[in-house]
Amino acid sequence: MASHFPIPGKRFVIGVPYAWLFVFFFLPFLILLYISFVDMGESINPFKPIWDPQTGILSLKYENYWSIFRDGEGGDLFKTIYIEAYLRSIWYAFWTALLCLLIGYPFAYFIARSPASVRPALLMMVMLPFWTSFLLRVYAWKGILADQGVLNQILMGLGITNEPIQMLYTNVSMLVGMTYVYLPFMVLPLYANLVKMDVRLLEAAYDLGTTPFKAFWLVTVPLSKAGIIAGFMLVFIPAVGEFVIPSLLGGPENIMIGRVVWDEMFTSNNWPRATALAVVMIALIIVPLAIYYHFTGDAAEPRK
Amino acid sequence: MQPSQESKGPEIMKALLEKHFGKAWLALVYLFLYLPLLFMVIFSFNSTRQDANFTGLSLRWYEALTRDTKIVEGFWLSVKVAAVTGVLSAVLGTFAAFVLVRYRRFAGRTIFSGMVNAPLVMPEVVIGLSLLLLMVGAQNAFGWPERGLLTIIFGHTLLGMSYGMVVIQSRLMDMDRSIEEAAMDLGARPHEVFFLITLPNIFQGILAAFLLSFTLSFDDVVISEFLSGPGVNTLPQVIFGYARRGINPSIYAAATLLIAAVTIVIVTYSVWVARQTRRREREIAAATRAELAAIATSA
Repeated sequence: MASHFPIPGKRFVIGVPYAWLFVFFFLPFLILLYISFVDMGESINPFKPIWDPQTGILSLKYENYWSIFRDGEGGDLFKTIYIEAYLRSIWYAFWTALLCLLIGYPFAYFIARSPASVRPALLMMVMLPFWTSFLLRVYAWKGILADQGVLNQILMGLGITNEPIQMLYTNVSMLVGMTYVYLPFMVLPLYANLVKMDVRLLEAAYDLGTTPFKAFWLVTVPLSKAGIIAGFMLVFIPAVGEFVIPSLLGGPENIMIGRVVWDEMFTSNNWPRATALAVVMIALIIVPLAIYYHFTGDAAEPRK
Repeated sequence: MQPSQESKGPEIMKALLEKHFGKAWLALVYLFLYLPLLFMVIFSFNSTRQDANFTGLSLRWYEALTRDTKIVEGFWLSVKVAAVTGVLSAVLGTFAAFVLVRYRRFAGRTIFSGMVNAPLVMPEVVIGLSLLLLMVGAQNAFGWPERGLLTIIFGHTLLGMSYGMVVIQSRLMDMDRSIEEAAMDLGARPHEVFFLITLPNIFQGILAAFLLSFTLSFDDVVISEFLSGPGVNTLPQVIFGYARRGINPSIYAAATLLIAAVTIVIVTYSVWVARQTRRREREIAAATRAELAAIATSA
């Protein structure tokens, strides 16, 4: 079967994925960048060319970026709906990551400390929901958290509350949905880190008279720093750009930046501003990403 | 969350921590992870459109599901998109992984590695938006491609290729290169080495890459929302549209069917992997025994 196959030379093997990425990643990014520096078009053209049709002079327009940070000419700096949406996205992403850490750390810890024979099954059980539709799992929370939903019925049945507590379309439902979806992203790197830990260090701490609580804080947690940071960033980075969960579980006041980009593009039809917002979003992602690579890079190198 | 500090008996605390608290915590988090799935499975069989009261067993929502043309059409579109995406991602992911693992030095390696990893961290909204701009530009310039099936596949494959690359890369790095060298020493040509040695060795990873990108594609809302054309809606898009409006137990029925399908695929895949591993271990053991026997007789 293989004998008539043309020898895949190095150039061919590199060329195929390179060409694909050039067309579907690099080129779209250039177009995105380009449109963010031009004026909004008139009538059917969504944007103007970067050169003046009469004179042919090139000129970059920074107004799209300015309008993100400043409300109108001479308006207050940083008091725009865009900045608010960015800050809100970062805020929710931060809380999501924190909640995932608080729930996920003990969880990963106990999986890592369980007998080696059951660990694969326990991990598989973390991954299984991940393979079923993310959208459907988020949708289910809508039914669980609704005013007439299961949770409220249980709370009322137990007499904890007399009337339904509004949880859906609030910060609570947003954070429950986000934490739920991103928890595996926290658990897996933490587990990978904790399972490698040398338990003899803990035993040494016990032998020297430390309480388990102190040993946990002074030995286990510092040793798993790389895992904590990796997990935190793996949750934080995608959570900032989350689009679906706020749309389904968030209220009208919880609009995040992904939604704002969408609305600028399709509702306001302001392509240059939508692209400028997207470019700023990329810039925002790069900071936590740099932190992530800094720490995981450190962890990958053997320490002496 | 953490055990209280006042405890003075480390051994007791340790036992308590490891046994009961740990088990309780695991159970609670698993309950949290599986609660929505359980909820949907149960209420998909409910006889009325109610979310809190189970009023009786019924298959009416499954029946409603099969009669919903939007869902049925969306399902077939999603299957097509996901199948093509899965194959393309597995192939391109193999290429990309091969390039990153085997070609340590070539011009533009840093750019390549950056480009192939970037979709993993880019917000989906940004990927969707930039690809939409490319497709609109291409359509204005060449009149192709029409927004729909093909453009969605392009978008999903960009993401699927990166995830596929990660899976195949780890497999390729774990692979023992000495078998390839042995094959080459025995006169196999490079492409023979690739197809007869390398490919079978990383096949598990390629299959995993296919399954992963199939799932990602089958589940994707955001990129499809940007890249689909009028009247072309994948299953997640249809569900997303319904979900924003309110409760529809047909969606629970769809979810239940999906959960069943995923469970079957995952279990089959794990059984297959376990069997492969066992077979390999047996072969290695047999080879070792033969070798030992040879050493014993020659000694």
